[in-house]
Amino acid sequence: MKNLVPFAAVAAFLMPAPLFAGSDDITVENAWSRASIGTSRPGAAYMTIHNTGEDAASLTGLSTDLAAMAEIHRSTTNEENVTSMAPAGTIDIPAGETVALEPGGLHAMLMQLQRPMIEGESFSLTLEFSDGEEIELEVPIRGIAARGPQD
Amino acid sequence: MARVRKLVWLLCGIGILVLGSAVLWQRTTSTPTAESEPAIVADFELTGHDGMVRTEEDLRGTWSLIFFGFTHCPDICPTTLADVAQVMDNLGPQASQVQPVFITVDPERDDVQALADYVPQFHPSFLGLTGTPAQIESTAKTFKVYYEKVDEPQAPNGYSMGHTSQLFLFNPQNELVRLFSYGTPPSEITADMEPRIAADSS
Repeated sequence: MKNLVPFAAVAAFLMPAPLFAGSDDITVENAWSRASIGTSRPGAAYMTIHNTGEDAASLTGLSTDLAAMAEIHRSTTNEENVTSMAPAGTIDIPAGETVALEPGGLHAMLMQLQRPMIEGESFSLTLEFSDGEEIELEVPIRGIAARGPQD
Repeated sequence: MARVRKLVWLLCGIGILVLGSAVLWQRTTSTPTAESEPAIVADFELTGHDGMVRTEEDLRGTWSLIFFGFTHCPDICPTTLADVAQVMDNLGPQASQVQPVFITVDPERDDVQALADYVPQFHPSFLGLTGTPAQIESTAKTFKVYYEKVDEPQAPNGYSMGHTSQLFLFNPQNELVRLFSYGTPPSEITADMEPRIAADSS
């Protein structure tokens, strides 16, 4: 059993690319998140969502057993260099377009963590779309100071 | 009589012209001072994540990279702290002449222990600073940093923070030399700092 832990870590590293189910038209790549310190602070996850289909898609919600509340939020920085964050609502992804959830912009905000986010582990996140489709993906947890999916 | 009236009008005209240009001259020459706001200075008395009282005098003699944020911030703050950690790694031996500093704008949740748990995770040389709400307020004033609570019902204690997200670079004389806006790549910050530090220590 002990030997499985490094294997799982390697597997998670080797398979960050399309891990999806439920829709052939949406692919999710480069999903990643940062480790947390305990459970008292919210976490964030990032990814790129590509709509390869011919119809627009609308991402309406998130769910995960890692967080009691998961929502897409958007950080914005104004011309005075003041940054704030707010729920982003529904994210429309036009046909053929890609939406990036990345630091300083859109992110999956993971509130009320149910367990700590531990580097090297991963968690399951479900993206919910307006047409009822759901995509479940595995999000690798990088170090607390990670700056991207490869860190 | 008509001639006198003309002369009066002429004198009035000249007077208006002279007055007007004097006002204009005054305005153009005084504009820089009128518009230049008080400079950003590092002036504070706060508590480090080690529990020690710290002031700007503790930063004298070292370069400092200062960022304001809060530890319940899931996106901008860890990203910036990770960027600063990357800058420290990039600087190599020069990093010993740089003190990275994280000052909380959320003193209610970020006590000494919260900072001690959080800040060193990003880089061992990070100094986290907190204080009373009044101390944080006066510190933010000297740095011209803006911050506010934003209602966020799902967040711990029901709020998040909006805040100035730029990075401040001070030289060893505690003079502000550069501001980096959020998202400036660590490579760019490193390239800016390397020659400054080299020139300063040569």
